[in-house]
Amino acid sequence: MIKIEEVRKSFGNLEVLKGIDLTVDKGEVVCLIGGSGSGKSTLLMCINALESIQSGRIEVDGIDVHAPSTDKNKLRRKLGIVFQQFNAFPHLTARENVALAPRHVLGLPKSETNQLAEHYLAHVGLGDKLDAYPTQLSGGQQQRLAIARALAMKPDYMLLDEVTSALDPELVGEVLDTLRLLAREGMTMIAVTHEIPFAREVADRVAFFHDGVIHEIGPARDLISSPQRTRTRDFLGKIL
Amino acid sequence: MLNYRFQWRAVFKHLPDLVDAAFLTLQITVLSVIIGLAIAVILAVWRRSENAWLFWLTATWVALARNTPALLQIYLFYFGLGAYGIHLSPYAAVLAAITFNNAGYLTEILRGGIDAVNPSQGRAALGLGMTPLQVYARVIFPQVFRAVFLPITNQIIWAMLGTSLGMIIGLQELTGMTTFLQSQTFRPFEFYLAAALIYLVMVETVLVCARLYARWAFRW
Repeated sequence: MIKIEEVRKSFGNLEVLKGIDLTVDKGEVVCLIGGSGSGKSTLLMCINALESIQSGRIEVDGIDVHAPSTDKNKLRRKLGIVFQQFNAFPHLTARENVALAPRHVLGLPKSETNQLAEHYLAHVGLGDKLDAYPTQLSGGQQQRLAIARALAMKPDYMLLDEVTSALDPELVGEVLDTLRLLAREGMTMIAVTHEIPFAREVADRVAFFHDGVIHEIGPARDLISSPQRTRTRDFLGKIL
Repeated sequence: MLNYRFQWRAVFKHLPDLVDAAFLTLQITVLSVIIGLAIAVILAVWRRSENAWLFWLTATWVALARNTPALLQIYLFYFGLGAYGIHLSPYAAVLAAITFNNAGYLTEILRGGIDAVNPSQGRAALGLGMTPLQVYARVIFPQVFRAVFLPITNQIIWAMLGTSLGMIIGLQELTGMTTFLQSQTFRPFEFYLAAALIYLVMVETVLVCARLYARWAFRW
């Protein structure tokens, strides 16, 4: 379970998160929607300690993420993260990209990490691209590679930061299909997204961010079909 | 003018001396690049430091090394340090000056290489649970290395040719030895052509090795 309580975060004088409360249960899919600069991506970075917080508390399976005594590298094994920019490591083949962290973070033997890589690449539909370098892959394929790479660490949670935003429109579908697959398998996911139909279809709950707070949150269908608050309605009206 | 008669006997006779001198050139080149690179790694890190002293030390080093004549740098090490009672041999002065010069250029090359790597690469690697050291060694460094490989190859060649300035303070590296031998034998054209050929062979060897290595190492 991920428990976020009263989290505040500033960059200099700019307060980006102004008291966020959110609890995500195991097996749940929560989509975060909202305008740019509303703080949703920052929240993801705070959950796996890539960003610090000024006050409040984030707990992942009972571990206080921002406590000084927390081993952040170890904590991040529980939390797979995929970014808007694909971030495939260009000097490694697809197989090596996926095998890297299991090999050096978990210390698994090479034979095992290769198997792991082949398994997860096949899982995201890249079984025939094992030895390809990222430059030889399309944007959609690189993003699926990034998903496979995160999955190979067998995380308990996946954090997805606008993973389709940098893709050409015709490549969005294949990445969303991969995420649907994960959702069906029961992966717990927190996804920042602008794909409202996708959120409605896959998410259990949707949270609408506005100006550093969760302005409205509810079951996906309810919030998207019949938002209760004006700003949520305005936002959905503009984007749909 | 066109009926100059080449006489190569003296060159052949002194070929072993030329080869020895070429090895001295090579030695200074290799040492000055290795030590210069080690210094440049430190300077490149300091260049990003918050500490104003470290930043200015680096900036001054880089500016002096790159924006003053290399010959002047050799003079400063050979004659200048005498003011402090430090008397370097020609060999030490040339090695120190070329190393100083290399370090300045290499610092800028490394800085460019580090800037060439997308910062989000590091974030993605951290996100996989890697330690900062692992991130640097496994993800950042290989990409920096590729970005700097060709410029460093050029710097090696520049350093090799730059050692010829050592002649001015009496170091018998390839150019110094050649100058000495032609004055003994009165065959300047033959000797300088022979020296040019030796430089050319050394530079081409570096280039071919670099190209082969790059083809093997950078298949991505």
